[in-house]
Amino acid sequence: MSKVLMKGNEAMALAAIKAGVEAFYGYPITPQNELPEYMSKHMAEHDRVFVQSESEVAAINMVYGAAGAGARVMTSSSSPGIALKQEGISYIAGAELPAVIINVMRGGPGLGGIQPSQGDYKQITRGGGNGDYYLYSLAPESLQEAVDLIKEAFDIADYFRNPVMIAVDGLIGQMMEPVDFDHPVPKWDLPPKTWAADGNRKNGREKNIINSLYLDPAVLEQHNLKLKAKYDEMKRDHQRYEMINMESADIVIVAFGSTARIARTAVEILADNGIRCGIIRPIAIFPFPTNAFDEIPDHVKDILVVEMNTGQMVDDVRLADKCRRNIHFYGRVGGIVPEAEEIVEQVMTIVGGDN
Amino acid sequence: MINEKLIVAGFGGQGVMLMGQLLSYCATTRNINTLWFPSYGPETRGGTANCSVTISDAYVNSPVISTPDSIIIMNKPSLAKFQPKLKAGGNCFINSSLVVDIDFRDDVTLYKVPANELALELGNLKVANMVMLGAYLKVTGLFSNDEVLAVLKQKFTGAKAKLIDINKKALELGQQAVAS
Repeated sequence: MSKVLMKGNEAMALAAIKAGVEAFYGYPITPQNELPEYMSKHMAEHDRVFVQSESEVAAINMVYGAAGAGARVMTSSSSPGIALKQEGISYIAGAELPAVIINVMRGGPGLGGIQPSQGDYKQITRGGGNGDYYLYSLAPESLQEAVDLIKEAFDIADYFRNPVMIAVDGLIGQMMEPVDFDHPVPKWDLPPKTWAADGNRKNGREKNIINSLYLDPAVLEQHNLKLKAKYDEMKRDHQRYEMINMESADIVIVAFGSTARIARTAVEILADNGIRCGIIRPIAIFPFPTNAFDEIPDHVKDILVVEMNTGQMVDDVRLADKCRRNIHFYGRVGGIVPEAEEIVEQVMTIVGGDN
Repeated sequence: MINEKLIVAGFGGQGVMLMGQLLSYCATTRNINTLWFPSYGPETRGGTANCSVTISDAYVNSPVISTPDSIIIMNKPSLAKFQPKLKAGGNCFINSSLVVDIDFRDDVTLYKVPANELALELGNLKVANMVMLGAYLKVTGLFSNDEVLAVLKQKFTGAKAKLIDINKKALELGQQAVAS
């Protein structure tokens, strides 16, 4: 099929519709408003559910309810709104329900600003709410990748019975790019949702109960260990990353989302200046692509982490690199997007410097 | 090998976003990679608005443009903001109806187009953006008028369909303005 030019927020909404989302619950916040706006118009056309709720807390609890009934369900918001949803997200993970949550990140903390940011990295990759849980978290760099990952995200959520977070920044929400909605994505092998509290007990099955409360510590411990096994499987079998220009690299940048795209331009400028720079681009930020760091050429001594925050991914890079190399950081915050030339200057300093 | 990086800037309401989008739509029709990114937020409500457009045979890397190949400047504040970023030897398209008495860089190619006056000749100030787009397309040769009009025909349907003709004339006036 030919490509269509769409705004990021609208493309992500349409991707969810194509993936068979049956219900969307959301509350407005910049810079993701075009997403619920698109849903408000088009979900009804597909005879599906759209609710603009009274608050973010209400929206995520509607997601909880619909997911418990076995529906494919999604919500979207931006950083402060995602913070409000954390209680519900923790319950959804605790109750082992699939859902897709889109976070179009803006500057923080608090209300922060409305310009692009990656300031929710720690919150996203550590679960976000209370208790031992994680979200399978994807950070696309382009609209085609965002659309493909959202189409797959519903399968991933169903497979793990766990929420999947799509983490983008305001740039990706607001930009327009041509997208092919028929681009094939992997199909996951999914069992029927026999656990759903859908009221269908004609076959005489026991009641299905959706719950995250386990008052008996011995039972809760078993539940926690069951959840941990899922997160261990994600880490073991489902890391996702792209290695760019790595074979010839003398220095490596680690960056995700739009920042990785800016790093690609920096790498081109560096090549013109005779500096061979590679990129590790985490596509999933949880599980973190630890395997990628074993593929870096031995002679590389320096890694530069670039993010639109104050260095939230640096700890993960240190752990994955296992102290093999010097870890440097460069970031812009507050809604300022770094320019490729700034990254080039950082790399030049490291390569030519005495650190 | 196409690799064009353009910034369009002006007041909110001058149609700068549409100019950039039309180029991205034309690129999409031709199956060329493109990326359009707007300034968003309070600055678009009455203040200055701008958008970046990349059109490229190769995958578009950075969504933000630090050194544009061309700039289209619709008002005075935008010149101060974007002229310093323009690459040496780049194209600077100026709406000379509104941008006067200003020092221009001497290491870029300047195209002064009295877009407001030309639009008023057609009886509608709102097509000043299309006059500038016509000038830009004449110089860069990126897309033909027919390609732009094909996109407009998809956008302007029903009661708006009658606007196609004046937009066509505006493109042509802009082209004539830089023809000599």
